[in-house]
Amino acid sequence: MSIWLDSSSKIVVQGITGKNGQFHTEQMLDYGTKVIGGVTPGKGGQETQGLPIWDTVSEATDAGANVSCIFVPPPFAADAIMEAADSGIELIVAITEGIPALDMVKVKKYIETKDTRLIGPNCPGIITPGKSKVGIMPGHIHRRGDVGIISRSGTLTYEAVNQVTEKGLGQSTCVGIGGDPVNGTDFIDCLEAFEKDNSTKSIIMIGEIGGSAEETASEYVKEYLSKPVVGFIAGKTAPPGKRMGHAGAIISGGKGTAKAKMKAMERAGIHVSENPSELGKILEEIL
Amino acid sequence: MNIHEYQAKRLFEQYGVKTLRGVVASNSTEAAEACKELGGNIWVVKAQVHAGGRGKGGGIILCRSPDEVYEAAGKLIGSKLITPQTTSEGVEINKIYVEEGCNISRELYLGIVLDREKDLPVIMASIEGGVEIEEVASKNPEKIIKVHIDPITGLGEWQARKIAFGLGLKGNQIKHSMEFMKSLYNMFIDLDCSIVEINPLVVNSDDEIIALDAKINFDTSGLFRHSKIEELRDVSEEEPLETRANEVGLNYIKLNGEIGCMVNGAGLAMATMDIIKLHGGEPANFLDVGGGADSKQVAEGFKIILSDPQVKAIFVNIFGGIMRCDFIAEGIITAAKEINMSVPLIVRLAGTNVELGKQMLSESGLDLIAADDMNDGAIKSINSIRGKA
Repeated sequence: MSIWLDSSSKIVVQGITGKNGQFHTEQMLDYGTKVIGGVTPGKGGQETQGLPIWDTVSEATDAGANVSCIFVPPPFAADAIMEAADSGIELIVAITEGIPALDMVKVKKYIETKDTRLIGPNCPGIITPGKSKVGIMPGHIHRRGDVGIISRSGTLTYEAVNQVTEKGLGQSTCVGIGGDPVNGTDFIDCLEAFEKDNSTKSIIMIGEIGGSAEETASEYVKEYLSKPVVGFIAGKTAPPGKRMGHAGAIISGGKGTAKAKMKAMERAGIHVSENPSELGKILEEIL
Repeated sequence: MNIHEYQAKRLFEQYGVKTLRGVVASNSTEAAEACKELGGNIWVVKAQVHAGGRGKGGGIILCRSPDEVYEAAGKLIGSKLITPQTTSEGVEINKIYVEEGCNISRELYLGIVLDREKDLPVIMASIEGGVEIEEVASKNPEKIIKVHIDPITGLGEWQARKIAFGLGLKGNQIKHSMEFMKSLYNMFIDLDCSIVEINPLVVNSDDEIIALDAKINFDTSGLFRHSKIEELRDVSEEEPLETRANEVGLNYIKLNGEIGCMVNGAGLAMATMDIIKLHGGEPANFLDVGGGADSKQVAEGFKIILSDPQVKAIFVNIFGGIMRCDFIAEGIITAAKEINMSVPLIVRLAGTNVELGKQMLSESGLDLIAADDMNDGAIKSINSIRGKA
């Protein structure tokens, strides 16, 4: 068991002929991910790395794809996500960094009407160790196990994964939800799925300053989670950004600082680590 | 990205958002000339800096003669303005905006911002304009009217009407405010804004709705489709090293410590700063080389870090995902050839192509301190400074 991704998932890579698309398709294939082809409009009919290229995502879903991994550049990425959603892709993993926030506002509204899950954008992706990896995370640091990991930050997720693996534990599924202001899957979606997933016994949740997703998620943990959660918030020493006007502060209502987030986590019974290199150690101690 | 009030008002005009007439000036003579151009017998001289709270800091001066305008401009230009939103050192004023006067009958507040919780733009309005709006928001949240807007249908008439009535507007004011809000919302969407704020928004004696102030913040991810907006960037408002980093596509923020940091990913970069601080050190900067940087950018990153004379050691903390460790290694080697690595270099590499990266570094013969993990790296960085001291 795992969440959202397993060995039966069939992946199409949107933007497969770009530099990152190419490199990470190769890495995904090496990991054993079932990548069945890619989409680059205008290059349909050609091949890359022994895989077919299609012009549209619907050709990929016709061929059996149910998961899409998106490397399409920012100006075209929102369109690519909506195309995937419209073509019946069940899980969309958007790696692209730098998609305009207002494009994502539209995407978010659009996919509400579709039966699809979006992870990202600006995220490392999702991996169920030993079964499938969809994204850019280094596969070799993962190990099959029962720790579920959720993070807003890409590289900090690897940090947590590595620590868990080095403690001789492993991961059920790791989800990088991305650090953009508007994204698809959030902490609560992941927490809910991990709580239901029999193969997940504990959870690591990594947040960062800004927004109020961690505060809301902490309330959810307090209310609904029976499994132990270890937490970390990055940005305790970050200086408050140069501010202009008040509108941002009014809407966030004093939430968003590392201190406020850590407090919210502690109130929810989450084991908060002050040191980002001690997530594995704390997890080991409470288990 | 922020712009100045006078720039924001030009954009307002293009979208039909009503403002007062004004002229930007960079010296007293220009300011006094502006009075003649504008006419009337009352003017407001406003410091043009990227910070709010200018009134409180003495950056807004009401004048009743061209001589007073001349004097006010002379006082402001070249001086440093300290407001509740700037550092204690303040920001230097290079330009001022001379604006015509206005018969104010009411002062309101209006803002549009992206609400991250609902993933929608929200219009916020309040009858408590011109004052501490944040205080109003926390003490009397019921005094802030919030209307979320569906990006697909846009701002509805009924929504604009709801705000207008909520603000207690009457007669022609209602129609004028609805037009105002629609124009402002169109601009927010068209130009990929993340914040548009008007405080105060005024109703004048002719029932017109006018933006007395204008703040715009743009989503930097949207700038690729607005080259004209990019031109409004005022680099004199930015830290020079940050501007230089920005030009080569790196995300750098200067801090006041001694340990320079080069990290991939904003989260890990912040965690690296946190861990340095946790062990008693002070980070000199935030630097996220991102996922797509090549070795040239990495080399440029080193040069930027070393341009800060306070830097006594550099901690490279890379966990490769999309960023490959061999790119980082190549960048370190290139940088070392071009500049004198005058401070200890502590390197922690992990993740994608880590073996290749480590091999390149060891074959390069560079003098560096290898770290096993980020904790080890942070401690070694701090020790390297203390050993020298």
